[in-house]
Amino acid sequence: MTAPTTAPILTAPPAISALGLRKSYGDKVVLDGIDLTIPEGSIFALLGPNGAGKTTTVQILSTLIAADGGQAQVAGRDLTREADGVRAAIGVTGQFAAVDNLLTAEENLLLMADLQHVPRAEGRRRAAELLRRFELTEAARKPVVTFSGGMRRKLDLAMTLVGDPRIIFLDEPTTGLDPRSRRTMWEIIRDLVVADGVTIFLTTQYLDEADQLADRIAVLDRGRLVAEGTADELKRLIPGGHIRLQFADLTELDAAARHFGAAARDPEELTLRIPSDGSIPTLRAVLDVLDDAAVRAESLTVHTPDLDDVFLTLTGHGTPDTTTEMAR
Amino acid sequence: MSSLAYAVSDSMTMLRRNLKHAQRYPAMSLSVVIMPVMMLLLFNYAFGGALGAGISGGPTGGGSYIDYVAPGIILMTATAGAVSTAVGVCVDMTEGIVNRFRTLSISRAAFLTGHVLGSVIQTLIAIALVIGVALAIGFRPDASAVEWLAAIGLLTLLALALTWLSAGIGLVSRTPESASNTPMPLTFLPFLGSAIVPTDSMPAGLRWFAEYQPFTPAIETLRGLLMGTGIGNSGYIAVAWCVGLTLVGYFWSRSAFGRTSKR
Ligand SMILES: Nc1ncnc2c1ncn2[C@@H]1O[C@H](COP(=O)(O)OP(=O)(O)O)[C@@H](O)[C@H]1O
Ligand SMILES: [Mg+2]
Repeated sequence: MTAPTTAPILTAPPAISALGLRKSYGDKVVLDGIDLTIPEGSIFALLGPNGAGKTTTVQILSTLIAADGGQAQVAGRDLTREADGVRAAIGVTGQFAAVDNLLTAEENLLLMADLQHVPRAEGRRRAAELLRRFELTEAARKPVVTFSGGMRRKLDLAMTLVGDPRIIFLDEPTTGLDPRSRRTMWEIIRDLVVADGVTIFLTTQYLDEADQLADRIAVLDRGRLVAEGTADELKRLIPGGHIRLQFADLTELDAAARHFGAAARDPEELTLRIPSDGSIPTLRAVLDVLDDAAVRAESLTVHTPDLDDVFLTLTGHGTPDTTTEMAR
Repeated sequence: MSSLAYAVSDSMTMLRRNLKHAQRYPAMSLSVVIMPVMMLLLFNYAFGGALGAGISGGPTGGGSYIDYVAPGIILMTATAGAVSTAVGVCVDMTEGIVNRFRTLSISRAAFLTGHVLGSVIQTLIAIALVIGVALAIGFRPDASAVEWLAAIGLLTLLALALTWLSAGIGLVSRTPESASNTPMPLTFLPFLGSAIVPTDSMPAGLRWFAEYQPFTPAIETLRGLLMGTGIGNSGYIAVAWCVGLTLVGYFWSRSAFGRTSKR
């Protein structure tokens, strides 16, 4: 009798897997050990505020920069040893538009087709098809300099798709877009997975975007993943929003802050932000605490959950800056 | 296809892209022609009398001043072309498109090779135009077909050297403005050589510099090929300079391109 062999692994290998990715710039630790496993054919969202390390993660996984430590496989190939193999399987739409402004939209697409050695006729066919799909056919012969931000983003994504990548990285694909263009972009991203079965790795600052698109979400804070799961799992972690108390002066604010545990104090705005699901009982509880402490709040408002709530709940501190709100 | 065939095809794609840019936005290419043409006119009509009188007794052997100065100015066209390369490369680096190229499975050298070949082609076209103007205002070279070919070969080699150096300048420059200013000294070097006046008319220190800098042997060789003046060992020195500078520029650019990651 021979020794029993292990059962064959039936599940497909992950599209992206990373173990202990690290990156520092000088003294500043940007990524402090990132582990990821992203199954093929899914949408993964890396959620985090400005400066969390999202772009750095994308740049490492797309071979643009080297990690200082850890290892990763993309499309089954090692990131450092088989970088060219990785490049052949991926498409990247960076945070900033990477289009040739001096060429027309069509020429940009044909340039990508040529660089990826797509035969001429097939390249033309794909370019025409992508222009149609992204509603850019009318602007096809216009130089990209004349394009609006939304059109540029769409062209940027179309250029990524010319080479038929199996894995697509999208770094903040909708930041700075108006609500309508944002929705169009969401539809395009969903269609990609449904129609082509590709894997998508996207980054975002918006919880609702991750919620709308992603099968799994990981929350990145100062270079560490502080939570990972489906949108529903994450929502169960956060109470569902927050109550905002406004105070008249710093003394009142500090007095109130002593009575609430996980609350974010903003001394400039004189506000206190308390995690809450917005239900009547929790609202009453907050009022009771204020009453008992004999602290006077000027006003109270109830807010639905946003990224700041995720952060407040998961890390005990608010987002490092306010760009999240400004970008909206 | 082999990886070499891919590298060649990727470089050609990049070359087509750069030529399309030049064709669509000809201002930069025009500036490459305008400067030398202005100088031809200036040195022929404004300074020619005075400078020519000083030179005619010397090594040019009594020809008119345009015959002395034209080869030098034709050669300066190559330096003007180099400035435009630095700007073109730098603009690309700041525009983000380069990061897209880097995530493609294409030959790493293709981006730079495309820029350099595009610039060399534009420079050669500009040189042809400048030669045309020189002929129109009285330049009378006595070169044979073989000498013309050798002259074009030398100019191509020089353009290649200067363009690779400028590509490196474009890569390390932070802004297109500094990319356009940094190669400026390069465009002045021919003046401090034998482009406008023979080096033996210069004060001692400058003369020493003029005789050992790369442009003087290149100018002397070109003048020799076109006008039949003595070349001596200038030809070998010029070619050695060009090949050396090309290699330095090439390897410097390659490593600078590998280092600069992103904006
Ligand atoms: N090339 C760089 N040099 C120095 N610091 C950098 C560099 N790139 C990014 N950083 C720093 O790393 C941190 C994370 O940046 P980034 O990955 O761009 O964040 P995000 O995309 O989440 O906004 C920031 O604090 C940023 O300042
Ligand atoms: Mg970013």
